[in-house]
Amino acid sequence: MIVCDFDVLRPEQGVAALLPDGSQVAVFLTAEGSLHALDNIDPFSGAAVLSRGIVGDRGGVPVVVSPVYKQAFELATGKCLEEPSVSVAVHQVRVRDGVVELT
Amino acid sequence: MTSLSSRTLVVIGNGMVGHRLVEILRDSSWRIVVFGEESRPAYDRVALSSYVDSWDSADLELPALSGCELRLGEKAVSVDRDRKVVVGASGVEISYDALVLATGSVPFVPPVPGRDLPGCHVYRTIDDLDEIRATVEAASRPGRRSGMVLGGGLLGLEAANALRGMGVSPHVVELAPRLMPIQVDDGGAALLKRLVEKLDLTVHTGTSASSIERDGTRLIAKLASGLELDLDVVVFSAGIRPRTDLDLGLELGPRGGYLVDAACRTSDPHVFAIGECAAVEGVTYGLVAPGYSMAEVVADQISGGARAFPGADVSTKLKLLGVDVASFGDAHAATEGALEVVVNNAVAGTYSKLVVSDDARILLGGVLVGDASSYLSLRPLVGKEVPAALLQPGGAVDVEMPADAQVCSCLAVTKQTITDAIQSGVACDVAELKACTKAGTGCGSCVPMLKKLLTECGVEQSKALCEHFTYSRAELFEIIRATRVTTFSALVEKHGTGRGCDICKPAVASILASLGNGHILGEAQVSLQDTNDKFLANLQRNGTYSVVPRIPGGEITPEKLIVIGEVARDYGLYTKITGGQRIDLFGATVDQLPEIWRRLVDAGFESGHAYGKSLRTVKSCVGTTWCRYGVQDSVGLAIELELRYRGLRSPHKLKSAVSGCARECAEARGKDFGVIATENGWNLYVGGNGGFTPRHADLLVSDVDTEELIRIIDRFLMFYIRTADRLQRTSVWLEGLDGGLDHLREVVVDDKLGICAELETAMESHVSDYADEWRGVLEDPEKLARFTSFVNAPGVPDPSISFRAERGQRVPVSLGIPEVVR
Repeated sequence: MIVCDFDVLRPEQGVAALLPDGSQVAVFLTAEGSLHALDNIDPFSGAAVLSRGIVGDRGGVPVVVSPVYKQAFELATGKCLEEPSVSVAVHQVRVRDGVVELT
Repeated sequence: MTSLSSRTLVVIGNGMVGHRLVEILRDSSWRIVVFGEESRPAYDRVALSSYVDSWDSADLELPALSGCELRLGEKAVSVDRDRKVVVGASGVEISYDALVLATGSVPFVPPVPGRDLPGCHVYRTIDDLDEIRATVEAASRPGRRSGMVLGGGLLGLEAANALRGMGVSPHVVELAPRLMPIQVDDGGAALLKRLVEKLDLTVHTGTSASSIERDGTRLIAKLASGLELDLDVVVFSAGIRPRTDLDLGLELGPRGGYLVDAACRTSDPHVFAIGECAAVEGVTYGLVAPGYSMAEVVADQISGGARAFPGADVSTKLKLLGVDVASFGDAHAATEGALEVVVNNAVAGTYSKLVVSDDARILLGGVLVGDASSYLSLRPLVGKEVPAALLQPGGAVDVEMPADAQVCSCLAVTKQTITDAIQSGVACDVAELKACTKAGTGCGSCVPMLKKLLTECGVEQSKALCEHFTYSRAELFEIIRATRVTTFSALVEKHGTGRGCDICKPAVASILASLGNGHILGEAQVSLQDTNDKFLANLQRNGTYSVVPRIPGGEITPEKLIVIGEVARDYGLYTKITGGQRIDLFGATVDQLPEIWRRLVDAGFESGHAYGKSLRTVKSCVGTTWCRYGVQDSVGLAIELELRYRGLRSPHKLKSAVSGCARECAEARGKDFGVIATENGWNLYVGGNGGFTPRHADLLVSDVDTEELIRIIDRFLMFYIRTADRLQRTSVWLEGLDGGLDHLREVVVDDKLGICAELETAMESHVSDYADEWRGVLEDPEKLARFTSFVNAPGVPDPSISFRAERGQRVPVSLGIPEVVR
């Protein structure tokens, strides 16, 4: 599924995409240029806001921090660093012909 | 036999020491009844001279007592010890199981002819100060008024300071050949005299007043030296005498005071005496610390303990008229064979004398004038071996304190007790140390030493902002200011590690914004902003935002009010009046924000920055325009201040208020900077807040005109912005500032650091560069494009957001939060 042109993405700024089934995915581009996609729903608040979190690193591991209660989620695994038993789903994402796609 | 829970303790006297006793016993099983002659609650008499800063007695009040029966304005007139009953002035009779006399002292007025003339006062209570003020204000002399303080001891210099605060030039007359004869020696007193005379005081030592006469509206005092002084006011502060006018038929000490043993018990086992009215084994004390110590003793005794009065440390360290003075141990080298080591630096204005034993091994005492910073390390060494370095010229004073040295002499807490509490992890900061060791809860002079011990034990919190920067926020501010770096990437590359996080990024974004650098959603800054700043609105629990337009000073036209109503109605926004005199509109989605702003901006509104760590509102009362009691235009000033500081990014949110008179309807003292109108101008209070730990703001300057007021607020805010930690409100910043309020005043009023011009320039550029952030988005298609819910479906609303109705408005449907396994 097409998300957007790659040019639209800005490093360390997430975007949200709406899937046909009504669910939402947050897509992130890190400063190093790697792409990640996680469920957009923050499991601690239930709000669809992870795409609006601050992207950075914890001990070198790229994370996004929920804007609601500030838990950090690993971009690569979706794992919550504060509560390792909690995680958000990871989606496969790639760039093809300058277009970002969820696969 | 009386059961434990119904035993009654009666305390006669509601001064500092009586108050302390009740505080200690607050949670005990005793029923406590307090008789207080003054009608006001107990206050800090030690700080009496600061009353002239605000003329607000609430500033001096001690924490309110709970769990006791406080009979204010009721003098205890007699005690029947046989029946164990205290009789109050109203005729009330209270039976006691234990009685504590804490009647304090009365001022000693030397028998000078004319001492009862109008215009002659004593210096002891808040009421005394009110009367002195009335005399001073009634004096109709043009120019500076003149006063005489009889007594050049500690209290006399305090009184002189209070007179200066009322615009009176004081003459200080002391019978002894030097100032502060009890605490200070000749050398120290000579320097003290020189330093205070720079402050518009005239000191006459070795003489006394032989008469005071009235001449029309003037008072003429003749001194024994032959000098005549032409005066508006006379203040007696020549010492105190224990107050024992309540006659219980008990034995008195040789120099007055109810005679008690080391347990503070009189010859009647049910009756105790504490504080200045007590003669402990015959000796009376005029300082609060021994009084507190007596309160501890009595609390312990009546709870079945066996504590005895440990003897008083009459060491003192104080700042009189801005001059540090300290005296400890055998300050006058009275011990046989005692040797003195004196360093008298007339150029630097410092004097120090150490008194040591005849073999120069044991420290006996000392006097410090001009710089008393070494007092805290020296005092605990009294009676102990003196480090040799101390006796060398310019010897280091930062010496290791032995473990058994008393750090808190009020409550006899040793260094060992404190370090144990720190090292066992029981206490990690001063507040916890106070709670578990009681150190620092007496006079408080050892609090700096507690901080030092915490640091020495390695408890000091790291200043590092987060894992990406080893610098504190204040240090980062200086780095960014000096290097003019404008991007986070450049900063973290050169001065940090990694890619940053949700702590350092918003902090750096705030610093960049405080220093200018354009719209906060500019390309280089947008990814640093916390979610509220990123969308210029406040994120709510369901992912929607609330919108707060600025309503400066809380003043709004009906037309604008209607626009807000229409916008709220058209977008179905939940509407609520805020505590800051404006209106919050809840439930806007990301897509709706620009449309809502467009309507508001077109009607003349702008962002209210409710989302930012920046100025929120300047609340106001209606002031002179409408109010019968107002003395200044509080609304006008509030609007001026709000428009001046709007958009100013700071370490934390900033709140302000302006009250048009002393009734304080705008609650300005609960704000970061609050202004209260006076007859002559404005009083500025700083460092207040509500919230988790409420704090009243402190008076920074009084009776200033609007121009001066704004200049000082400019400097205050910029100084705070430069030096505070991340998310540190002005209250916590001020309390942590070395030197506290005095230091702040030196920096932003007296310009001691010479940075005021720079601070003012920084504020001027903030004011001239201000632009509405909402308008900045509306006028920039690139910024505007970020306000969509979905990058692949612009215009489609977020399907996860839904509302229900409550009391006629839309509120969020609670989200089905998945069970989070914890």
